[in-house]
Amino acid sequence: MNIKLIKYGVMEFAELIKTPRVDGVVLHRPFLPTVEGTLCLTGHHLILSSRQDNTEELWLLHSNIDSIEKRFVGSLGSIIVKCKDLRVIQLDIPGMEECLNISSSVEALSTLDSVSLMYPFFYRPMFEVIEDGWNSFLPEEVFKDLESMTDEWRLSEVNKDFSVCPSYPPLVAVPKDVDDDTLRKVASFRHSGRFPVLSYYHKKNGMVMMRAGQPLTGTNGRRCKEDEKLINATLRPGKRGYIIDTRTINVAQQAKARGGGFESEANYPQWRRIHKTIERANVLQEGLIKLVEACNDQSHSMDRWLSKLEASNWQTHVKEILTTACLAAQCIDREGASVLVHGTEGTDSTLQVTSLAQIILDPACRTIRGFQGLVEREWLQAGHPFQQRCAQSAFSNNKSRQEAPVFLLFLDCVWQILRQFPCSFEFSESFLVLLFEHAYASQFGTFLGNGAAGRAKLSLPEKTVSLWSWVNRPQELERLTNPLYEANSLVIWPSVAPQSLLLWEGVFLRWNRSSKCLDEAYEEMVHIIEYNKELQNKVNSLRRQLAQLETEDPLLQTP
Amino acid sequence: MPSTKQPHRFSLMGVSGHVGSPDGLFLLSSATSAPVENVKLVDRVSPRRSRVGTLYLTATHSIFVESEAGVRNETWVLHSLVCSVEKQAAAASGCSLLIHCKNFQVLHFVIPRERECHDVHLSLQRLSQPESYVELYCFSYKPNVGEVERRQEWDLLDLKADYSRMGVPNSLWKLSPINRHYKVSDTYPADLFVPESAAPPVIVGSSKFRSRGRFPTLSYYSKDNHAAICRSSQPLSGFSARCLEDEQMLEAILRSNPRSDFMYVVDTRPKLNAIANRAAGKGYENEDNYSNIKFQFIGIENIHVMRNSQQKMLEVCELRSPSMSDFLEGLESSGWLKHIKAVLDAGIFIAKAVAEEAVSVLVHCSDGWDRTAQVCSVACVLLDPYYRTLRGLMVLIERDWVSFGHKFSHRCNHLVGDPKEVSPIIDQFLECVWQLMEQFPCAFEFNERFLIAIHGHIYSCQYGNFIGNNQRERIELGVRERTHSLWSYLWMNRADFINPLYRPDHSQTQGLLRPSTAPYCFKFWRGLYNHFDRGMHPRQSVEDYLQAIQEETQQLHDQLASHKQKIGKLEQEQVWRVTQKTTTLDKSPTAWALGNDLTVANTPQDYTGDFISSSPCQPKAPESSLILLPHDLNQKSEANLSNGSDQESGIADLSCRSPLSEDSTRDPDSDEAAYSAA
Repeated sequence: MNIKLIKYGVMEFAELIKTPRVDGVVLHRPFLPTVEGTLCLTGHHLILSSRQDNTEELWLLHSNIDSIEKRFVGSLGSIIVKCKDLRVIQLDIPGMEECLNISSSVEALSTLDSVSLMYPFFYRPMFEVIEDGWNSFLPEEVFKDLESMTDEWRLSEVNKDFSVCPSYPPLVAVPKDVDDDTLRKVASFRHSGRFPVLSYYHKKNGMVMMRAGQPLTGTNGRRCKEDEKLINATLRPGKRGYIIDTRTINVAQQAKARGGGFESEANYPQWRRIHKTIERANVLQEGLIKLVEACNDQSHSMDRWLSKLEASNWQTHVKEILTTACLAAQCIDREGASVLVHGTEGTDSTLQVTSLAQIILDPACRTIRGFQGLVEREWLQAGHPFQQRCAQSAFSNNKSRQEAPVFLLFLDCVWQILRQFPCSFEFSESFLVLLFEHAYASQFGTFLGNGAAGRAKLSLPEKTVSLWSWVNRPQELERLTNPLYEANSLVIWPSVAPQSLLLWEGVFLRWNRSSKCLDEAYEEMVHIIEYNKELQNKVNSLRRQLAQLETEDPLLQTP
Repeated sequence: MPSTKQPHRFSLMGVSGHVGSPDGLFLLSSATSAPVENVKLVDRVSPRRSRVGTLYLTATHSIFVESEAGVRNETWVLHSLVCSVEKQAAAASGCSLLIHCKNFQVLHFVIPRERECHDVHLSLQRLSQPESYVELYCFSYKPNVGEVERRQEWDLLDLKADYSRMGVPNSLWKLSPINRHYKVSDTYPADLFVPESAAPPVIVGSSKFRSRGRFPTLSYYSKDNHAAICRSSQPLSGFSARCLEDEQMLEAILRSNPRSDFMYVVDTRPKLNAIANRAAGKGYENEDNYSNIKFQFIGIENIHVMRNSQQKMLEVCELRSPSMSDFLEGLESSGWLKHIKAVLDAGIFIAKAVAEEAVSVLVHCSDGWDRTAQVCSVACVLLDPYYRTLRGLMVLIERDWVSFGHKFSHRCNHLVGDPKEVSPIIDQFLECVWQLMEQFPCAFEFNERFLIAIHGHIYSCQYGNFIGNNQRERIELGVRERTHSLWSYLWMNRADFINPLYRPDHSQTQGLLRPSTAPYCFKFWRGLYNHFDRGMHPRQSVEDYLQAIQEETQQLHDQLASHKQKIGKLEQEQVWRVTQKTTTLDKSPTAWALGNDLTVANTPQDYTGDFISSSPCQPKAPESSLILLPHDLNQKSEANLSNGSDQESGIADLSCRSPLSEDSTRDPDSDEAAYSAA
């Protein structure tokens, strides 16, 4: 246990911690033996440590706690802690007062409003940082790759002080022929100033994918010549493009009343608009709550389980999102058309679609580093409001405001593709689970804040450690690597049939079943592959030895 | 290579693949009716990818030969696998013929002229509904195997050897000759094990008190603790009838488990059904009349409920681009997974009684050949690691299903007969095994393909094993004398059916399996029910990858040995010039290394194709492909034609339910429909 760390926490959050320490606490976890030990509260952690040496300690970040419930049987109190990573644990605490104190302290500590009190600002890495993750995926570096392929794009600094679009990064890639003044005008025509920017360049045929916020056409069909000019500038002569609106036509129509809208075909004659049906944030959140509830009720009959699974609509969301991403990818790769993706704000469903389409199209995104880059570009720098979306998970009793499992759905979709192409990804499922965990609660600063401007104010690179700094170390990379990986340069097209889409057990049933047998199967698989490599090395070294002997041999005989 | 012994001819059923021209020519000459030209085989999932060709009907197969230039692509469907043929109203494009197969393949032909369609429809209906056993394919299936070898095929499995593996006969259980001539029960096998203390009059008396004379007899014996699983049919107890001999029979079973002071009697029917049977003079054991029994109902539904349930589920599987809700709602309302869970729950109850309580169990339902067979065999799979091996599963099916008189001919509709007798009881057993494999990936020696192969051949009638309804009928039909045995075919091709994760010494492999039966542990078995919808399956198979690696590892072992030997020789002799290149040396690892194969395996061509083609070195006889399915050459060729490059063929493979149908991408104006449909 890191004593220094605890003390630091205690000083800072002392008034919130009513009882810092209780002995004789019993921890219950499904499928694991109970542990008795001492419960400690620090500023950021709930810690249970057993006096036996062989038992591991429980370290739980307060920010990982989604809800806490109290129960009393006589003087024995229990608290049931439900975590954002969907784990549910029970702590039996002797003494009613202690139990009440622990419960109210944890409740207060897990719902702190101020970002600057979050653990990443206190965390000091206990590992050697080989490569600072904050500098790993800088836009100017990424742009160098693009420049090597095409000269049709430029990096604009129009947003360098976040004045044009607070959710965009200071540097964005835009068509070369469009100047910054035009960009400013376009920004005023797009939701939250999110003017169309480059998301992906398809090297094979030079087609591009762009993303934006909805156009602010309003009820009277406002138009913006600069907007039309900008997106037309991305088309090759004689080519047509597709605008993928992630909303249904009805929802898009209704948006007009609130000043939003969509591109009319009259004003954008070279573009065809397609409406899809990705649900809005609050519907997704509801789905998550229902799904997790269904997964946690072991008493269900088969009928009830299936009907609750269906009613959660989670799998429907997965199917819709994947289908839309496939569509975008298909327009680009099969039809040789450029694509513009937007929904309303362009920070949720839009990013799901653009990032998944890249997984399908671009083999580089299927590597560990490439995937980090994708999350960095299409989610963090693209302004997904992680802090709002991930403030609560499936158990919280608080009324949800901006919460939505948008990123989790993206990871679920990636997992679906990974299941269908198990040899085409450099990373294994555990990387996706890790990203899910860290998006909701983390010692790293990577997922803090909302949008580029908000994140910039937090000075994350100076004050926190990047998740990528931790991930990109040999021992961690090894843990996350998919042993089956063989680079696959092809476009990979997943099936979106209901029969092909599975419940992501690694997240939703993770704590509800014993994973022993599946873990053993995984180890066996690794063993088979490792053994093969070992033999290969032996054979190769013998071959060299043999070749050497053979060349030496004649010499030996000559004298 | 064992599989080469099996000739190709007639071996394909429901397979689309490329068959060498000699076979093709042979077939054309044996066609029973004139070929029908310009027939369209509609791709059920993306109709625009349909193929045009010629349809031939032979005595045993329907063969569709695609008339695309350059490729010769054939789809073969065994008549005995055809479940229904449906002719739809004629449309401008022609007349549709919808063929449903018992292995869940669905073919949709469009025949230009209604007259021709009518003829094909009539012929197929006649050909697919044999009225007598001699018409079945197994009696005309003549692979190029000598008579001596054919006889040997039937000796592969020996039930007596399995009983002695279990440890019987011994001082507690004896082999009874009482049913030698099928006199006591004509649906039971000739050889039966009964408690040592059960005298013939007791057995005969008991049999008279049981439906169809199916008296309590041994199914499985646990050497470790003497607990046994026995099976029978329901007692003819009515409301109050008793039978002293039957009571003595159960007493004898209890005594054969010396350390136990009671036994379970498990009635696998829902209580209401059992009570209803009392009115017909049948029923269940009264605890008061039998000493020391604990009676237990386990509600598994009857064959009619199961038949309807599977039918409903298959309708869901066949929906064209269903939504997630359509699918899940349909799956739920079919009740299929609920029934699978009920069977597995019952198996677990019995397995635990035997393994953990060391208590014997008598299992019955009504006649004791459907639910009883399911539950006893599931319990065996859970209890005994042997039944989780390739040979063990075959033995188990041979014993609990074939020998004990599961009515395969009726249940699988081998001959035209009462549709109410048809029911997917054996499908449910195979699915229970599959569900267990999903939970215990290292515990089974065989893979999913093995189960699907068995399923396909139970229905195909290509082998004699599942012909007739019981042992007596099979002897009368002379299946051992006149047909081939599936078990031998599977055994010879076992390399294809091995689970690479299986290790006999793995902890997961040992002892009793304790599966979770939480509803979310039961999955829809896409591999069986949507087997022929290739686009729905993962495009890369972990199992094939591992199999390829293991084959390579084997080769590396050989290399290692040969190198070591060479080096030893060189070091020892150090005298003579070693000839530079011997064959082994020639094979540098990279020449055949996995890497190369994997590059290929990662291209879409291999995903669409037969799994086997991804294993590096052995060309397989088409025999094996019959279970494994299409060498989908049509998909390959289509991809190549439309795109011309390796890269692009990956896209053409984007099959089925992805957002855009293939051709629509070439025609922007038609996209809208395709998108909105998706």
